[in-house]
Amino acid sequence: MNSIRPRLMSDQPVLQARGVFKSYQKDRVEVPVLRGIDLDITPGEITALVGRSGSGKSTLMHLMATLDQPDRGEIWFRGNRIDNASRKERDAFRNRDVGIIFQFYHLLPELSAIENVLAPAMIGQSTWSYFRNRKESKRQAEAMLDRVGLLHRATHKPSEMSGGEMQRAAIARALMTRPALLLADEPTGNLDTETGLEVLKLLRGLNADDGLTIVMITHDESIAAGADKTWKMKDGRVVDDRLLQVA
Amino acid sequence: MYRWMLCFRYLRTRYIALASIVSVTLGVATLIIVNSVMAGFAAEMHERLHGLASDILIECHASGGLPDPDANLAEIRKVLGDRLDGSSVSVHVPGMLGIEFNGQLITRHVNLVGIDPETYDKVSQFGRFLLHPGNQSQVNFDLKETGFAPDREGFPESGWGYRRQRVAYDQALEQERQRVESSLRRIRGETLKPDAASEAPSMALDFSTSMFVDASGEGPKKFDPAMEQFPGIVLGISTCSARLRNDDGNVSDHYYCRPGDDVRMMFPNASDNTKVVNQKFTVVDLYESGMSEYDSTFAFVRLDQLQEFRGMIDPSTGTRSVTAIQLKLVEGADLNIARDDLRRRFPPDRYALNIQTWRDMQGPLLAAVRLETTILNILLFLIIAVAGFGILATFFMIVVEKTRDIGTLKALGASSSGVMSIFLSYGVLLGIVGSGVGMVGGLVFIRHINSIAAIIEDITGQEVFDPTVYYFSKIPTIVDPWTIAWVVAGSITIATMASVLPSLRAARMHPVRALRFE
Repeated sequence: MNSIRPRLMSDQPVLQARGVFKSYQKDRVEVPVLRGIDLDITPGEITALVGRSGSGKSTLMHLMATLDQPDRGEIWFRGNRIDNASRKERDAFRNRDVGIIFQFYHLLPELSAIENVLAPAMIGQSTWSYFRNRKESKRQAEAMLDRVGLLHRATHKPSEMSGGEMQRAAIARALMTRPALLLADEPTGNLDTETGLEVLKLLRGLNADDGLTIVMITHDESIAAGADKTWKMKDGRVVDDRLLQVA
Repeated sequence: MYRWMLCFRYLRTRYIALASIVSVTLGVATLIIVNSVMAGFAAEMHERLHGLASDILIECHASGGLPDPDANLAEIRKVLGDRLDGSSVSVHVPGMLGIEFNGQLITRHVNLVGIDPETYDKVSQFGRFLLHPGNQSQVNFDLKETGFAPDREGFPESGWGYRRQRVAYDQALEQERQRVESSLRRIRGETLKPDAASEAPSMALDFSTSMFVDASGEGPKKFDPAMEQFPGIVLGISTCSARLRNDDGNVSDHYYCRPGDDVRMMFPNASDNTKVVNQKFTVVDLYESGMSEYDSTFAFVRLDQLQEFRGMIDPSTGTRSVTAIQLKLVEGADLNIARDDLRRRFPPDRYALNIQTWRDMQGPLLAAVRLETTILNILLFLIIAVAGFGILATFFMIVVEKTRDIGTLKALGASSSGVMSIFLSYGVLLGIVGSGVGMVGGLVFIRHINSIAAIIEDITGQEVFDPTVYYFSKIPTIVDPWTIAWVVAGSITIATMASVLPSLRAARMHPVRALRFE
């Protein structure tokens, strides 16, 4: 289907949503979650998506990550449509172009920290190719762990790490393939205040030092306060449209 | 790469999955053991059956038999050419064996076979099954002095020495019996009353023994069993013995007669007006092949003597007829082709001849063993298939357990087929591990099968292989690499197929739902 490409801003948004609708089937009743979202993510910024639980923010993040597909509307990544791209293209997008961290870390329990960090590299290449590049990959992974301050835990399994350490390992994993943007779904939701602040500090550091674009989903307005841009969501819509607000 | 890593990690950390393949392991081990024992059995039987029968047997069931066997043999030699290695002729006739034992007559139906001692051993194994070492190398129907079955414990004394002793014993017993009887009569006051027959005028003068004097001037001699024997007969060991268990559970053999004893054979003669020939024979040896079919039904005598008894000699030409011709072919000759060539030369519509290879004769027996093996294999494979369902269930559980991780992998960009292949490879690996352990276990079991049988016997007090029924002391086994290969391959296939459905489920999981799974 040919659709009109959205008007591009001067610094082209890395991710755009246009007219996105999504609903879920529950016992023959359609439950609408997103009712027409228009959204732009500016590169190099920390964008916060704020809303109560049930406001659809997580769903929107899943759609942005191509983990799900919208019922109506489009999602664009760097000027290319990704919501209706082929399976293979969407898998590659998730592997290379976007990093995701979750509230519950989602580390693979059987692998050590460094193996978890290496996972995206393993997934994105054939066995032979990975084997050839393994030294480089290992170096990169160690660098990532070092960047998040977790090198001393490289060989530890998730069960041997604290919540904060696990989230940092997840961040290192998300950044392994040097993605264009990091999607963070309630990253501090499972951490105590102090640890949460440490993680946020790390993220802000990555944004400031490396120019990492971050989209943070949170219900906590105070966390959103530290973001460059905030989109408020309520009942599946964006309220307080601040498209024109400059960071 | 991530697939292999995860796959091996799962293998190492999930023992419940290993439990589910225990049945695969057991199934594989059992299949290997059963197949090798049955193969060993079948090979033993094969070897014995082939050894006992000649390569090709030509039978004529007319009671007179083949009237001119030499002519037949000449034709056979022409047909087979240099495929023929040796031949022998024999007479087969059903007979009734009578053994006097403890004052009773024990009768047995046997197949009486008249063999040519020179050639019979060359076409089939015969000599090696006889009990006397002297007869094993050269079959001979003369009674030996002693030395029967030197390796066999408990075999009663046999031969001329025994025969003389027994005759002397019998005579002494008879004298004693007469003495007791006459003293009994004296005590009772009876005297021998002459009966009417002995009072009558004697005809003795008309029938004097001088009539029987032969050319050399000697009268008929009285048969002295201590010095002479009747025509020799070799009895199948089970025709004249019984293998029993005595009270303390030990197996022992009881012989109704032994080399040196006389027995009676009754068999039909060869005329159209069949009469029964009743002839005494002296047992000269016993025959033990280990196959009950032979040991309990055959008795062997000299061919020329049997032909005389049955009247199988043509009075005008002197040709002796036979009922069977045995042929031995050279190594590597195709028996079926040879049989077909002979059948063409002696077609059944013109000749009343039954031409068979040894396999044709024993075919049903071997086919039965093959059928048993096939059925056992199917049954045991079904067990492994059942084990497959166990794997299916366990895998489903594992996939459910891994739901969140599957979501994570998909979030990291793993494809559905990639996720599926993790679990599929896991299934294959489990199959390999299970079958491998089963194969090693099975082979070790086979190696030590006789010790294991002994241990089981000690523990349970039951004999695993009853020597009164089975004729071997060691369990025969043959390990065939191809059998092992397809057993292992089949098991791995079953394990793999069992993991397909759970793997598909993993592949099809929706990433968001998977990530949210508690």
